[in-house]
Amino acid sequence: MMASSYNAKEEDGHHSGASSHGAAGAVKSKKPDNTAFKQQRLPAWQPILTAGTVLPAFFVIGLIFIPIGIGLFVSSNNIKEFQIDYTGVDISSPCYSCAKNFSWNSTTPCVCYVPFTLNQSFESNVFMYYGLSNFYQNHRRYVKSRDDSQLNGDRSALTNPSKECEPYRTSDGLPIAPCGAIANSLFNDTLELYHIDSNGTSNPIPLAKKGIAWWTDKHVKFRNPGGNNNLSVAFHGTNKPVNWRNPVYELDPSDPENNGFINEDFIVWMRTAALPTFRKLYRIIQKKPNTTPTLPSGKYLLTITYNYPVLSFDGRKRMILSTISWMGGKNPFLGIAYITVGSICFFLGVVLLIIHHKYDTRNNSADIPN
Amino acid sequence: MLPQGYEDWLRHKADNEVNKYQVKVLEDGRRIQKESEKIKVGDVVEVEEDETFPCDLILLQSSRDDDTCFVTTASLDGESNHKTHYTVPDIEKDLESLNATIECEQPQPDLYKFVGRMHIDKNDQEPAVRSLGPENLLLKGATLKNTQKIYGVAVYTGMETKMALNYQGKSQKRSAVEKSINAFLLVYLCILVSKALVCTTLKYVWQSKDGQDEPWYNEKTQREKDTNLYLKMFTDFLSFMVLFNFIIPVSMYVTVEMQKFLGSFFITWDKDFFDPEIQEGALVNTSDLNEELGQVEYVFTDKTGTLTQNNMEFIECCIDGFQYKYRDASSELDGFCVTDGPVSKLQQKAGREKEELFLRALCLCHTVQVKESTDQGQSQQDGLIDQVDGLEVDAGLFHPPQEQRGFIASSPDEVALVKGAMRYGFTFLGLESKTMKILNRNNDVEMYELLHVLNFDPVRRRMSVIVRSKSGDTLLFCKGADSSIFPRVRQEEVERIRMHVERNATEGYRTLCVAYKILSAEEYAQADAGLRDARLALQDREEKLMTVYNQVETGMSLIGATAVEDRLQEEAAETMEALQGAGIKVWVLTGDKMETAKSTCYACRLFQRNTELLELTVRTLEDGERSREVRLHELLLEYHKKAVQDAPPVKAGVNRSWSSAGQDYGFIIDGATLSMVLNNSPESNSSRYKNLFLQICQNCTSVLCCRMAPLQKAQIVKMVKNSKGSPITLSIGDGANDVSMILEAHVGIGIKGKEGRQAVRNSDYAVPKLKHLKKLLLAHGHLYYVRIAHLVQYFFYKNLCFILPQFLYQFFCGYSQQPLYDAAYLTMYNICFTSMPILAYSLLEQHICIEVLLDNATLYREIAKNAVLRWGTFLYWTVLGVFHGLLFFFGVRFLFSNPALQDNGQVFGNWSYGTIVFTVLVFTVTLKLALDTRHWTWINHFVIWGSLAFYVFFSFFWGGIIWPFLRQQRLYFVFANMLSSVSAWLVIILLILLSLLPEILLVVFRKPRGPHARQKKMVQSSVGGHQSPRSSARPLLMRTFSDESNTVI
Repeated sequence: MMASSYNAKEEDGHHSGASSHGAAGAVKSKKPDNTAFKQQRLPAWQPILTAGTVLPAFFVIGLIFIPIGIGLFVSSNNIKEFQIDYTGVDISSPCYSCAKNFSWNSTTPCVCYVPFTLNQSFESNVFMYYGLSNFYQNHRRYVKSRDDSQLNGDRSALTNPSKECEPYRTSDGLPIAPCGAIANSLFNDTLELYHIDSNGTSNPIPLAKKGIAWWTDKHVKFRNPGGNNNLSVAFHGTNKPVNWRNPVYELDPSDPENNGFINEDFIVWMRTAALPTFRKLYRIIQKKPNTTPTLPSGKYLLTITYNYPVLSFDGRKRMILSTISWMGGKNPFLGIAYITVGSICFFLGVVLLIIHHKYDTRNNSADIPN
Repeated sequence: MLPQGYEDWLRHKADNEVNKYQVKVLEDGRRIQKESEKIKVGDVVEVEEDETFPCDLILLQSSRDDDTCFVTTASLDGESNHKTHYTVPDIEKDLESLNATIECEQPQPDLYKFVGRMHIDKNDQEPAVRSLGPENLLLKGATLKNTQKIYGVAVYTGMETKMALNYQGKSQKRSAVEKSINAFLLVYLCILVSKALVCTTLKYVWQSKDGQDEPWYNEKTQREKDTNLYLKMFTDFLSFMVLFNFIIPVSMYVTVEMQKFLGSFFITWDKDFFDPEIQEGALVNTSDLNEELGQVEYVFTDKTGTLTQNNMEFIECCIDGFQYKYRDASSELDGFCVTDGPVSKLQQKAGREKEELFLRALCLCHTVQVKESTDQGQSQQDGLIDQVDGLEVDAGLFHPPQEQRGFIASSPDEVALVKGAMRYGFTFLGLESKTMKILNRNNDVEMYELLHVLNFDPVRRRMSVIVRSKSGDTLLFCKGADSSIFPRVRQEEVERIRMHVERNATEGYRTLCVAYKILSAEEYAQADAGLRDARLALQDREEKLMTVYNQVETGMSLIGATAVEDRLQEEAAETMEALQGAGIKVWVLTGDKMETAKSTCYACRLFQRNTELLELTVRTLEDGERSREVRLHELLLEYHKKAVQDAPPVKAGVNRSWSSAGQDYGFIIDGATLSMVLNNSPESNSSRYKNLFLQICQNCTSVLCCRMAPLQKAQIVKMVKNSKGSPITLSIGDGANDVSMILEAHVGIGIKGKEGRQAVRNSDYAVPKLKHLKKLLLAHGHLYYVRIAHLVQYFFYKNLCFILPQFLYQFFCGYSQQPLYDAAYLTMYNICFTSMPILAYSLLEQHICIEVLLDNATLYREIAKNAVLRWGTFLYWTVLGVFHGLLFFFGVRFLFSNPALQDNGQVFGNWSYGTIVFTVLVFTVTLKLALDTRHWTWINHFVIWGSLAFYVFFSFFWGGIIWPFLRQQRLYFVFANMLSSVSAWLVIILLILLSLLPEILLVVFRKPRGPHARQKKMVQSSVGGHQSPRSSARPLLMRTFSDESNTVI
């Protein structure tokens, strides 16, 4: 890609030949060392970018980027994604009353049912996300309101959480575990999915809750306070976050291994999102070993235990079903970008070729009189 | 900071050495050790041989019999000769019983002036008064030589010593680049403040919407709620400032300092600057000005010792109108007299008597000392000949040498004259207790008692001695410039000699006239009394002495003249030619005579044959009957019309002497006229004269200012420095008289010449020879300028695209000052990830190789007027930074519209976002530098690829461990997870490529016109068309006695 000339300047002692002999006399001379470095004569590669050398590079880039872009674009398009907003803003929405009558103190959970239809069947593993909008998980006050030492099972941090957790540090004189605004605002809607088959019966779809958090988070970064298998004892002397219904060691009644700080829903929530509109992995619907699609097209019912208020800050809640490809979730951006850049490079290559050609002829003709 | 710290530490060490060393003080007859800083005025201090004086002392007692001591003031004024100082006359040998009061003037910095009086109280006698002069004063910093021990009383101590008073802190010189940096900084400061203001405003606009300020999931602490709204706004503003403060490249200052400090080593290391004769290379006193060397528009050069070698050789003399030429002189010199008419007289001789008188005069009328090593045998073992006396060996050829004789004098002319006399058979043996011994032609030793030395000074431009010969005659010998001798001798003698003097002068020799006078007993008594009186005077001593001198030095008879050759420096002409080719205007500022200086200018090719000279000197002013002022006015207008108005419009930097765009003008002005131009204060048009003068000068290819006083030299430099466009000036000189202009100019260069070290010590750079100026400016200056300019622009750029994404992120995080990058990345970015490549670049880059730069002086013009740091380029870099910042942020932003980026469906959070942006950033700015690097040494490869590797390594390392000291493990495995996502890889590659695309395009489109394409051809053509330099050793100069340091008409 670059025309290069290796310009190894030889060590020339000629210039100072006479002086170096004279200097080596009795007096310890202050004569500078004749080293390549000190004389700024280090051998150097001096690349020169010219149209001729860059030209092939443009074509190569174009030729590589366009196929990649097409591949990305196709695989993004092949990803099936289904979204449904269940916030309940609209009066016709099934969750309207739940949203409207939300109260922190209510003891009976409000449940609403959102029916929907999948027009296409989802073939491979389906990933179920919940999405929140206008929820500033990246707000500075929010981001820092956590104590990673506590979450890592540090006993002293458990009983004495970081100041950063204020105002979610203590309640009723006891330290909160897990402390901080992030933990306190843990997303606690429960989503369940039912497939309604042709004869009207609804079959629950098994939702796996393992593997939704980063492996390193689950196994290293988050740890329950050690020494005791009984989590209620381990968490003795702490209080649950104020907005929580259950203490941290009872987050998942169905699986005792998924409780405390290593609850995967909790870990996923604790990884703060980059933008105010975000999605977080909620459940995974594993592909069945047989050939039937994971989610065949047809009618479904989403059951929501509506615990999480978002209307007060004009937020939205969504449920997203998506398949995943090698590049992740559905996102046409990369494919388009690659195709565009590839095309630009190719186009520039053509333009440069023309310019180069013209310049060369001009250059040659100019050289002739000389 | 590091270099300054290092320099400070060295200074501290030196301070302790100076302030704390032990000295012996006599108190109550006992000898006490004291720290040197504790000496008080009035203490009697004992100093032994080779010790330096701890304070200014009045010499009371010396171990030598003749009540003298020898000192060298090498560390004060650089003169390495031994100076004789005298004890206070007629003083008790027993210091314990001495009771005296010393009156002296207020401390003043002049090293050579001191006036004082000593009242010696003897018991029941009237106090005796002794005058004290500089010959009694031993200066702090000087070293005692050839004397075992002296006692002296402290008169000035501490900051009042002459040495301390002379050590005026050099005014801080700032380079043009630094001024540009400050201007750019101001722009960035504005950007910073406006960013913070925008964010603060938007934050409060955003918060005013319902439910945004404090949603239920993100409540404020009690303290935050209680804070006053305006206080909160203010703290928010400050937080934004902190968040964005990286846009101000603080690390740039560190890097710039490092670059300058380290870069200056390349100047000291350059073997091309090494001079085998003095065994020294270049010296860098101020590393702050490296890049200024690439911006010089005006060079002010001294003549003697700078353009010329100041290496005097006695060429010929003229005795009573007959020419004597030393026949054994090397043949090249003989060539000169072939065409000269008077040469035919060579065989004719003046009377033997006259001849011997003349030679005696040469032997007696001087202040030369014979190096004592041969006479006293004290340090016979070190056979080193003093550097002043490099040419001694051949002198021995003529006269059978008894021993190797070294002469030491403050002026090389004197040595040349004494040696000249030696060639003709009269050898000066030395001065011993006021007796001068001369070995005459018959190998007899003649003794003369030295009665008085009427010292040389620049106003009189002559010196005299009064001696008494064995036969009892009192003789006065005087030598000096023709202009100062001729009016004082009998006119009928003048004509014969004048012819020779003028011929010698046009041949480029420095001429001196020698005169003598026999003083009658009365005359001598009168003179003696006058001199003693004047020396004793406490007030106006100088004036009184001058009057006496003038009285004595009258009515002399002229015996002859001497011609001493001062050769041009090696490659002086080539250097000047190269400088002019580089678009630099060269002005010669000298204290010398106009004719001499003019011939030097021709020899250096500053004036060409077709150059029209515009003369503005006393001579041209006195042409008509009209007053000088009127004539000055006329001439100025005339020249202005010629040189400025009629000249074709100047294309910036393109016109040059040999491009023969039109008539070349050379301008000559002398000191007297200059002071008329500059100080025409009462009249309103003085500033107009100044402007006219400046405009004329700026349109001339070279300007010669002769008969300049040191202060006038500085005045000229200052005038040009402050003229329109404030051009960068450089002064080069070797003597103490150049110090003022060296200090005044933007860049001061000292030549390590023969006139002491004063210039070197006050300079910013010192080189052994004038010819080194070429490489210093054309190669080093050019490279350093380009390097540092690129460094500065690059720093602003990289910090802009570093912080811009963070600014944009505020729009997506509720203006909450959430940083985009992790704290470690924020701090490491400038320190570790991106600092080394640019530092290596700024030290090693050679966008054009040194040989080409030296061969093509015109390349220097491409960077003239701060070309790389203009607002245009600054804008380009800023736009580039903004473009990159936008690209980084929004590229990743669109990627994160679906944060499920891994093939297992897991999502990325905000720290992954920041890490991706940061990775793109580090790679882009480093590769951008790689694209700019034209000169890839292994060091560049190492730091560029090493920095990137280090970034990757560090990110793994930083994210791979749960750090116990961190409250938040934000980056735990973020980097590794990022790399496990194909999308992240793809977006990183895409964004890096897209960012560099415009850069590559620009390089490609620019290249065909770039320097590289042209270089090759130019190298060839310049090699072919290179004029073989005429021998610059040709002696074209003359200099009269006075010259150095003084002008005055």
